[in-house]
Amino acid sequence: MNEFDDHLTPAMTSRTRESRFRIVWVILVPLAAILFQVYLPRFMETLSYLELPLLTTVYFALMRRQPVAGGLIGASIGLVQDALSQHPLGLFGIVKTLVGYFSASVSQRFDVQNHGLRFILSFFFFVFHQFFFWLLSRALLGYTIDFNASQTMIFAFLNAVVAVPLFVVLDKLKEEGR
Amino acid sequence: MEAFLSRYRNLSVLLALVVGQLLLLAYQVRTNQDVRLIRVWFVSAVTPLAQLMEGTRSNTTGFVSTWLMLHDVQRENERLKQENGKLKIENNYLRTELAVAERAKALAIFQKTSPSKTVAARIIGTGTGINARTVYVDRGTRDGVERGMAAILPDGIVGKVVSSFPTASLVMLATEPSFAASVVSQKSRMHGMARGRGSAMLVVDNLSNLQKVEEGEWFFTTGEDRIFPRGMPVGPAHLIQEGNVVREVQVRPVALHQGLEEVLIVVEGVHGEIPGPDEPPSTEVSLLPPPPKTGTDDQTSTENSLAPGTEADQAIQKYKKLGEQQNFVFGTTMGRSLDANKAPPAPKPEAVKPAEAPKAEEQKPPSPPPTPPVKQ
Repeated sequence: MNEFDDHLTPAMTSRTRESRFRIVWVILVPLAAILFQVYLPRFMETLSYLELPLLTTVYFALMRRQPVAGGLIGASIGLVQDALSQHPLGLFGIVKTLVGYFSASVSQRFDVQNHGLRFILSFFFFVFHQFFFWLLSRALLGYTIDFNASQTMIFAFLNAVVAVPLFVVLDKLKEEGR
Repeated sequence: MEAFLSRYRNLSVLLALVVGQLLLLAYQVRTNQDVRLIRVWFVSAVTPLAQLMEGTRSNTTGFVSTWLMLHDVQRENERLKQENGKLKIENNYLRTELAVAERAKALAIFQKTSPSKTVAARIIGTGTGINARTVYVDRGTRDGVERGMAAILPDGIVGKVVSSFPTASLVMLATEPSFAASVVSQKSRMHGMARGRGSAMLVVDNLSNLQKVEEGEWFFTTGEDRIFPRGMPVGPAHLIQEGNVVREVQVRPVALHQGLEEVLIVVEGVHGEIPGPDEPPSTEVSLLPPPPKTGTDDQTSTENSLAPGTEADQAIQKYKKLGEQQNFVFGTTMGRSLDANKAPPAPKPEAVKPAEAPKAEEQKPPSPPPTPPVKQ
């Protein structure tokens, strides 16, 4: 190892170091997010634009930095979401599997602690999620639903705005010393 | 194969996950059946939490709303208490105003029915000094009020004007030691002078022991003092003290025994009659009796006695009578005038001015019409 590597390694380690969470948080936080989506719009209809299960999927996938783990997290959250929806099981599952997988893949290349990057990734993966959901709905189930691009962009922005402080809160759940 | 999987492990897992879910989807679509078991698991896992949240929410909301409601009730209670207090004060104020209005109405009726010309005045202050029995009223020389005029109420005499200023006058109350008014008793017709003594009572002294005065007998003004019109009630005899030659009678001035707020200043007095021995004196609105008969013309006298009390009204009636007697039609007979000397003089009420009245009348500006006694 030369002098250059000595300088580079700590930065690289910090950037690529995966975060670990207690298993209870990994279960409870997505569950709470799903509950939030199921329960809260009943009383506050304006909050129905929030896709909290997606944001938690993105967060845990980014923090784990492992595409397989990200894919599994996404698949789990997606399937639970499917179970509570009117769709056949698997629709949200497939989309969130892809989101989790690609989020984890992206996190291996970038510093995901950066708020700006978190904002951009949240925005991007929301659009990705909505687009693939629409695509799979049409392709696999034959649903004739429209893709409202402008509305999707606005909702993506709002979700990204919520994602930044939400991720900061979720950062507190990370296990220390790992 | 194993090497391929280990090299493309991530992609393989992704493909497995996606394909597995695609197969699940395909199965559901193809069989048109739901994977009920998975749904039951997840729904069973999630709905208790939702129930817990709903229970927490409803209880919290209920508690908060009850607390807020109680908080509001407390505030509402405070507000209502304050409002109640305000309404009580307003009620008291309105009651006072009503009493004032009733008094004002009584004064107005008295003013209207009294033959004397009066000006209603409101008491605005008292004279200086500890035992001052003088009050300031809000009528002065501008309103025709002059020194020496009588201050009365429907109930009786109040006092007399001792100083007159442009906008106010000082009225000496009847209880002031230097006050005196000529009075006569209702039944025995005993004349005397009612004087103030600085107490709540007036004293009528120098009454002969030969004549009897009963307790409760009313005293009226005689008009001889040229201040008070004849026949104004003063008050009932309260205490009679017998002396060797003369007796002294304490008279309770009824007009002063109520709270004084307004008085009537007699700017042009007309004498009335003293009520007969059996006539109970009225303590409410006092109506002066008709002017005394002169006896020459019964008809005229009777009509005059029933005529309205002001001099102007009586003069109008007198000239109407004269016109009828002489076949004189007012406003149409040209070249001929009414001979007022031929006709017997109609009984004319005796107009009395205060002591300085004749002199004052020359300088006095025309009196303004009586104004309502209540001013806000």
